[in-house]
Amino acid sequence: MKRKIRVLIAKPGLDGHDRGAKIVARALRDAGMEVVYTGLHQTAEMIVKTAVQEDVDVIGLSLLSGAHMTLFMDVTRLLKGKDMEDVLVVGGGVIPEEDIPALKKAGIAGVFGPGTRIEDIVEFIRKNVKR
Amino acid sequence: MNDIASRVLKGDPQSVARLITLAENNSPEAIGAMKDIHLHTGDAHVIGITGVMGSGKSTLICELTREYRKQGLEVGIIAIDPTSPFSGGALLGDRIRMMEFATDNGVFIRSMGTRGMLGGLTTAVYDVVEILDAAGMDIVMVETVGVGQAEVDVIKIADTTIVVLVPGLGDSIQMIKAGVMEIADIYVVNKADRSGVEQTLAEVESLVDIACTNRDRKTPVLTTISKESKGVVELIDEIDKHKKYLKKSKMFEVQRRKRYEAELVEIIRKRLMNFIFDESKFKGKIESLIDQISNKELDPYTAADEILGKILR
Repeated sequence: MKRKIRVLIAKPGLDGHDRGAKIVARALRDAGMEVVYTGLHQTAEMIVKTAVQEDVDVIGLSLLSGAHMTLFMDVTRLLKGKDMEDVLVVGGGVIPEEDIPALKKAGIAGVFGPGTRIEDIVEFIRKNVKR
Repeated sequence: MNDIASRVLKGDPQSVARLITLAENNSPEAIGAMKDIHLHTGDAHVIGITGVMGSGKSTLICELTREYRKQGLEVGIIAIDPTSPFSGGALLGDRIRMMEFATDNGVFIRSMGTRGMLGGLTTAVYDVVEILDAAGMDIVMVETVGVGQAEVDVIKIADTTIVVLVPGLGDSIQMIKAGVMEIADIYVVNKADRSGVEQTLAEVESLVDIACTNRDRKTPVLTTISKESKGVVELIDEIDKHKKYLKKSKMFEVQRRKRYEAELVEIIRKRLMNFIFDESKFKGKIESLIDQISNKELDPYTAADEILGKILR
């Protein structure tokens, strides 16, 4: 049987705008992936612990509050501490262009802002999933 | 002993999670580990929680978990949501109601898609119950998909089966007497702050009166309001009473034996299906048989004989 890609879609931080996260979750479902959705207001610790238990291949972080530099990087740092660098981490939301290089350096493999085509996210995950 | 098995027995969450994935993907690596852990299973009390979609199963599990944690018990939760018949994907959203335990080391939650199973469970659920049991969980809760009338497989795996209802089902209770309405060890009418609760309660109680064939134990009917944590302590109390009843009446051994029977059948079914449908030698053969059936050159039974004849020599 073909292995299913498992994805955690999480909303770190304090903003309540989850429409984007839900649309991506639904689209990944339609692309044949198993998507775990955690809901709002997650800390990095909660996200990484959930990723451990759910044994996901991909973590998608959605954030529109502006705290992405701190919170996205907290997630990748905690993953590193658990030897889980083989989990593909991608981010989305309102992320300024100039922040993207630093995020990529910190292990956020893909950053998808407003206007991204859903197909591009699906393709990026399929191509880059490491597990 | 298998490496991952020994780490599971120590309760290492990463190994538990990985073994679940391997089992779910029918990986050959899982088989060795599952063989090793079996000896260390059997202590966890398995609670099956089923009910229509939106009846509050996930929230109720959250409430039960909070109480069990107060007692110092470790809790494993298997939350099953439907897999899409079209894409094979799934949106697993039960965790949303359980996020207060996201950093609690005494709670392990795993979300799973049904992956083609129709009885309300998922094909690897027997493995996952054994894995969580072996990892030292005192309680394992299995949340089925939102059920209709006939998804009753949860009784094969649960020691205690809870059927969650909500007010307003009214007449439909009459219609679902067979199937889901037969399987409860405990009925819970959740969302009891809603109107119509008295009627629903009365209907379920009369159902129990009529249907109850067991003279030793009458199926209890409780009310809960999950979001206000009302009725949860009473529910835990009934679960404990049921557990004691099972032990005293020797029904425990009978039920466990049934679980192992279901598990054995499932393992054989899975391995046979994998053999037939994943082995490359049959793959092309099956495609060509389907073509022949479509073209009316062959009937489905003769086609099945062609495949089975090769196995059942």
